[in-house]
Amino acid sequence: MTERIRFKLNGQPVELTTDSERMLLWVLRTDLGLTGTKFGCGESFCGACTVLVDDLAVRSCATPLKNVQDKGVTTIEGLAKGGKLHPLQKAFVEHDALQCGYCTPGMIMNAFSVLKKHPHPTVAEIIEGMDDNFCRCGAHNRIIQAIQVAAKEMERGN
Amino acid sequence: MKDDQYSGLEFLEQPSEMEMSRRDFFKTAGAGIYVLFTIGDSLVSWQERQGIPQRSTPTDFNAFLKIGEDGRIACYTGKIEMGQGVVTSLGQMLADELDAEVESVDMVMGDTDLCPWDMGTFGSMSTRIFGPALRTAGAEARYVLLELGSEHLKIPVEQLTTANGFVIDKTKKENRVSYAQLVKGKKIERHPTGKVSVKKPSEFKIMNKSLTRRDSEEKVTGKAKYAGDIRLPGMLYAKVLRPPAHGSKLLDADISEAKEVEGVQVIKEGDFIAVLHKYPDVAESSLSKIKAKFDVPKSDIDDKNIFDHLLKVAPEGKVVAKEGDLQAGQNGAKATVEATYFNDYVAHSPIEPHTAIAQVEGNKATVWASTQNPFTAKEEVARELGFASQNVRVITPFVGGGFGGKTRNLQIVEAARLSKMTGKPVQVAYTREEEFFFDAFRPAAIVKIKSGITDRGKINFWDYHVYFAGERGAQHFYDIPNHCTTVYNSSWVGAAGSHPFATGPWRAPGNNTNTFARESQIEMMAAKAGVDPVEFRLQNLTDKKMIRVLKTAAEKFGWKPMKGPSGQGFGVACGIDAGTYVASIAHVEVNKTTGMVQVKRVVCAQDMGLVINPEGATIQMEGCITMGLGYALSEKVVFKGGEILTSNFDTYEIPRFSWLPKIETVIIENKDADPQGGGEPAIVTMGAVVANAIYDAVGVRLFQLPMTSDRIKEALKKT
Repeated sequence: MTERIRFKLNGQPVELTTDSERMLLWVLRTDLGLTGTKFGCGESFCGACTVLVDDLAVRSCATPLKNVQDKGVTTIEGLAKGGKLHPLQKAFVEHDALQCGYCTPGMIMNAFSVLKKHPHPTVAEIIEGMDDNFCRCGAHNRIIQAIQVAAKEMERGN
Repeated sequence: MKDDQYSGLEFLEQPSEMEMSRRDFFKTAGAGIYVLFTIGDSLVSWQERQGIPQRSTPTDFNAFLKIGEDGRIACYTGKIEMGQGVVTSLGQMLADELDAEVESVDMVMGDTDLCPWDMGTFGSMSTRIFGPALRTAGAEARYVLLELGSEHLKIPVEQLTTANGFVIDKTKKENRVSYAQLVKGKKIERHPTGKVSVKKPSEFKIMNKSLTRRDSEEKVTGKAKYAGDIRLPGMLYAKVLRPPAHGSKLLDADISEAKEVEGVQVIKEGDFIAVLHKYPDVAESSLSKIKAKFDVPKSDIDDKNIFDHLLKVAPEGKVVAKEGDLQAGQNGAKATVEATYFNDYVAHSPIEPHTAIAQVEGNKATVWASTQNPFTAKEEVARELGFASQNVRVITPFVGGGFGGKTRNLQIVEAARLSKMTGKPVQVAYTREEEFFFDAFRPAAIVKIKSGITDRGKINFWDYHVYFAGERGAQHFYDIPNHCTTVYNSSWVGAAGSHPFATGPWRAPGNNTNTFARESQIEMMAAKAGVDPVEFRLQNLTDKKMIRVLKTAAEKFGWKPMKGPSGQGFGVACGIDAGTYVASIAHVEVNKTTGMVQVKRVVCAQDMGLVINPEGATIQMEGCITMGLGYALSEKVVFKGGEILTSNFDTYEIPRFSWLPKIETVIIENKDADPQGGGEPAIVTMGAVVANAIYDAVGVRLFQLPMTSDRIKEALKKT
């Protein structure tokens, strides 16, 4: 159904009139031109399309646009503030926690959500929280280290 | 377009004439020092070693480096970056040979208009084949700078040195001139003369030192562009009607309902039907409105009986190694082990599916594509469109994983075809289902081995037969007096009538299957001899490099001699791939009730000669070990005839965070030796090391990959 949808995208209000059953992923990537969020499997198995809706991770390939009406959506493009990388982004860079980088935006957004739930995460909590995000290159152990380091950094208020 | 209508060009068949002639090149090039070089010689010697028939290699140049008026150094190469980190390691080589900062090196990669021809990025060849040529070119460029510096400073070359982008008077350091200043207004062309030598390892400042990736910041901010992220004005997203099975024939298609969707354009040319829209999701939902009937060929071949079928249709074997007398060996054996090993079809499954966007304007085509071989794609597009090949440009942005799978370019050809038909830029991006359907899988394969040992625990005969995996890794490296290795189908592609769909190179092609079989067999013989598996290998090895690698792994692991199965869950495996020697030791836990395996720890030692970026090499080893868990434990394509029943990650399980073992890697210091491959070797041991550890844990031997929980339970039941 064609509807007017309003939400905040990376802190900025957006409004668009389109079929509200369309999946958020495609609206972000095409209508709104934010290509950092990736398509991986289209059926919410892999997590490449993960974004935050009100600070919680969702699979944008399976989130109809109507679900974000009046909510706040954050994508990878909205994570760095004032040109300064978010501690998660910084830790991914420093730990070489990526190779091809295609799953990376989804990994970082999901990690953000995990840390929201567990600000002082154990390794087991990180693994549990990240387990449905897939990486084919095999950066997993480095991603876990990066998330641990970012958690400590965020605790210090950075 | 049907898959069977797409026949990819093999790289050996490509035209070898340089399309970018030197004259054309210099017409357009700006000021700078250019060193034009070819990997011809190192490629030829590599091909000789691999037994590959030689194509005529480009006689002119197939890569060049440029030092610009701004002092920046650029390397133009047809290689691509798909996560393996060459954008970092190749930059390190150049910076070091030129005595410049790594930050001042730009890698211009995979653009067929800007870069000279390259056969593609695969086979762990960028560092070991391309690298030495690049370093020589860098050294040559440095010498040119010294000559220019000598003229400028009026000081003889012998009295000069270079550092941080400057030519400097050795006797008076403030007497210096920057590369940028020396290049200003000049246009100099050089070819490596072979007279200037590259740096000795003792002179390295940047090479052989760890450096983090240079492309991370773009990748963590979402700025990095992959093929699917390219946006062009007026572009359309296409979804192509696909058959339910390979080999199907379209009988009838009703497109009327799809056509009615607002903004949708339906293209129908023969059995090629595509739905296009300005939104990809609308194109996809409209495609589902097409009612199509296909004639699907009947086939009883499936993932269970495929092995019988393959053995039945196997071509004649080719003996690739032979020594001594097998019969005599067999007569002298105290014990004999005979076994057959299998592996199922495995998919590449990069997280980025095959994607391309094409823009055809007049008789010119520009394509942005996720591909490992842009120059092959260029020829394929030219052939499809009937364009002269110089009118096709393929640009390779970041590639979201390849593993050998992105050497097939069907999506690129389709995007180009649709762009020509619609007159608009068109994107074709596979769904995950299409990604599985069109993947050229790692072939299902069979290995039969009969081998024996003397009463002193020496292997005295080895009769090895490999079907359909390919030749890579088929030859053993043990000291065996009587042995014969026979390869039935030496490539990853089978003759028509063998595999029901396409097969292709999958990270370390052939070697995963061969190493699984060989190292399982070795461990079975060790058990039969009652000798510790590390000790058994050592007493059957004379290759010093392998002995050192195995001893290093054993020491790091804290290996204590044992007789298998010990119940501890420890396994060993050795392998050689792309010139690199690997030894892995794993610790696993097996849940006897569920059949689930948890790999707790993997120690991997590797001798890869000179390492350009130890951090990058370590990451590749970790990636290999992690990816290898999948083909060892879970990855298997399910099919019935040409119908691929595996369509997404719910049924095709790739390694997850919770599967990860503790990974410890050791790279053996050997920097005076030539660099060897790094992107593939460590994966080859994963099947065997896990199989051997499972055997040590619960006393059952798995002969088929993947070792799924069901197969393990089944094997446990039989004991």
